[in-house]
Amino acid sequence: MEGGATNVSDPDNLKATELRLGLPGTDAPEKPTPANPRGSKRALLEANEEFRGKSKSPEADSNGQEAAPIAKAQVVGWPPIRSYRKNSFQSRKVEAEAAGFLVKVSMDGAPYLRKIDLKVYKGYKELKEALENLFKCFSLGELSGMEGCNNRSEYAITYEDRDGDWMLVGDVPWEMFISSCKRLRIMTGSEARGMRSSP
Amino acid sequence: MAEDEDGGRGGAGCGDGAGDGDGGADAPPPFSDRVLENVLENVLQFLSSPRDRNAASLVCRSWYRAEAQTRRELFIGNCYAVSPRRATERFRRIRAVVLKGKPRFADFNLVPNNWGAHFHPWVSAMAAAYPWLEKLCLKRISVADSDLFLLAHSFPNFKELSLICCEGFGTAGLAAIAEKCRHLRVLDLIEDYVEDEEDETMDWISRFPETTTSLESLGFDCVGSAVNFEALEALVARSPALWRLRVNHHVSVEQLRRLMARAPQLTHLGTGSFGSAAAAAPLLQGGGSSVVDLAWTFAASKSLVCLSGFRDVEPHYLPAIYPVCDNLTSLNFSFAEIAAEELKPVIRRCHNLQNFLVLDTVGDEGLQAVAATCKDLRELKVFPLDAREDSEGSVSDVGLIAISEGCRKLRSILYFCQQMTNSAVITMSQNCQDLMVFRLCIMGLHRPDHRTGEPMDEGFGAIVRNCKKLRRLAVSGLLTDKAFAYIGEYGKLVRTLSVAFAGNSDLGLRYVLEGCNKLQKLEIRDSPFGDSALLSGLHHYYNMRFVWMSSCKLSSRGCKEVAQMLPRLVVEVIRDRDEDHDNEAVSKLYMYRSLAGSRNDAPSFVEIL
Repeated sequence: MEGGATNVSDPDNLKATELRLGLPGTDAPEKPTPANPRGSKRALLEANEEFRGKSKSPEADSNGQEAAPIAKAQVVGWPPIRSYRKNSFQSRKVEAEAAGFLVKVSMDGAPYLRKIDLKVYKGYKELKEALENLFKCFSLGELSGMEGCNNRSEYAITYEDRDGDWMLVGDVPWEMFISSCKRLRIMTGSEARGMRSSP
Repeated sequence: MAEDEDGGRGGAGCGDGAGDGDGGADAPPPFSDRVLENVLENVLQFLSSPRDRNAASLVCRSWYRAEAQTRRELFIGNCYAVSPRRATERFRRIRAVVLKGKPRFADFNLVPNNWGAHFHPWVSAMAAAYPWLEKLCLKRISVADSDLFLLAHSFPNFKELSLICCEGFGTAGLAAIAEKCRHLRVLDLIEDYVEDEEDETMDWISRFPETTTSLESLGFDCVGSAVNFEALEALVARSPALWRLRVNHHVSVEQLRRLMARAPQLTHLGTGSFGSAAAAAPLLQGGGSSVVDLAWTFAASKSLVCLSGFRDVEPHYLPAIYPVCDNLTSLNFSFAEIAAEELKPVIRRCHNLQNFLVLDTVGDEGLQAVAATCKDLRELKVFPLDAREDSEGSVSDVGLIAISEGCRKLRSILYFCQQMTNSAVITMSQNCQDLMVFRLCIMGLHRPDHRTGEPMDEGFGAIVRNCKKLRRLAVSGLLTDKAFAYIGEYGKLVRTLSVAFAGNSDLGLRYVLEGCNKLQKLEIRDSPFGDSALLSGLHHYYNMRFVWMSSCKLSSRGCKEVAQMLPRLVVEVIRDRDEDHDNEAVSKLYMYRSLAGSRNDAPSFVEIL
């Protein structure tokens, strides 16, 4: 599955690593920036809530499936349920989607995939070691032979995030990574060289 | 603390019309009078109710002074009704303060961020005036970490902090409280927004004193970040006076067991997730707690009377609470997505339940089970899982009727549904004569009686007519001016009225303003009431704490006229970003009586007329 190319307008794909709340794939509409920076997180939460209310199933959107017909725009603040309560259920949904942290790992050229639990690892270093162990038998020896390169094999570890984009593993904070990672792919060959050489 | 309990006639208990209304800065009275005042002070010590105290302060100057000297608890229902300086100058010996800020509709995103209700001026004034302050309760106030730092450093004897629906602070503020308030007995965080900047979450639980603490109540179920569990367990172990503990959803059922084992004396328990940590990371845990183990733990907690939490409840764990069900007076399942089948075996055992909060996922069938068992029920709140205007309704008139027939002692009900019938509401009005709070939220806008197609006027009419103790009413559904005529005619004790998407014309609001002479808090949205209706309440606004009207038919002209006729009323017009500032129409009006005049901290989107 070919990864999504980086956007022309956003070559570093900054948007995907932008820190903000709300389900990926929804854009928070502009709100007046309050003088108090503390309020900004909640303003985003509320903005997302309003936006979420405007479409019937945002979860369908982020999976790239056909979105259900848009329901009429919800009235602000109706029904009178505190955001605190609304967010408790929504955040549970978001967490549930990411929960389990079991992701498939594919490697180019390997005949079958593996599955790992991201929660087990404390950080990127452990993850990379684990992956190397998992795919020891297949790849690295053969690859370096084929490519004629040094003992350090040419591969890049990439992941598919919630937006469906293929990202290089290691850019974002670990916690953010495991909550947005849907599957892993170890790229080899020229594709890998391309990804590794980008800053 | 009872929500919206209004202790005083005045915002700050300052008797309106009590002579000069200034702090007692007169010449000292002659000796004989001072003796009398001393005697009076001794007597007034025993007066606790703010209302009684307000009355006493109006008798004469001497009583005014004596009362001011002896008042220990300050209740301020609207932080803008009086200035901090004025309050602290009049009352010199305060030990406990209750302070309320934003209007309730702020909870529903109707008030823009940064509107006001800042704690800072109050905490600064109190830090100087009340070094012996012990208790503080804030509701809908904007509290910054720096305010909490100041609090922690200014009051060496501080004992109790309750923050309800507040925002603006994070774990740094909590850490300061934990660390500096060595006599802390109560730290209750109730439905607050506790937010930290990224990566700045502090381990505040570890900051409590290492020695035995005097903690009696610790509630942090609204805190989004996980706390250091080992530190929490150790804290509970060295807090022998702890009787209330409410943890957040990061605490698993295995962890809960450990906490309960440390504190078998608990009476109130917020159970956190009530789900197993094993669900999230099966490789790490050996497998979760068994129900039997959990049930043993509950059986050992013989004092439990109040349970809440259940944020990620795994239904197979519910039977663990059977051992305590019979003792429960309060049960909050309002975050538990359970169906009737899962509720029934639990509720069947709760014969002594007085307060019950639940999600509408239990359906009418679940409510029927409640009605069958909970004969002593006083308060019921049914929340919607899917809070949208057009969601599938799970509870209906059937559930309401069942409750009314089974729970005759009901005093307070909050019921969310998609549609309702007049007949069910009338039935409730007849069966539950003790009702003081009736809040029915028909989520579908302008929904008529789904059986007859008629407006819901008769139902609400019956409520105000039959429930003679009614103090708080929230109406919804399709309503004509007739409903308001009923409310004005019969709702003589109503103090709080919430109206949304209702009424036909100005008459509706006029009926209410002219008829409900005990009205104190009025909040209206999206109803066709205009200037002439607004002006019909001029005789009454000084008796009220506030009026909120949004998306009605008000104009600047009408609001300005009110502001001119009533100089002690602060009339705020709030304009959201989308609005044209030259527009005559007023989309959000918030007005309140005040001794402090226009506030000086109003943001740019607030215009004070």
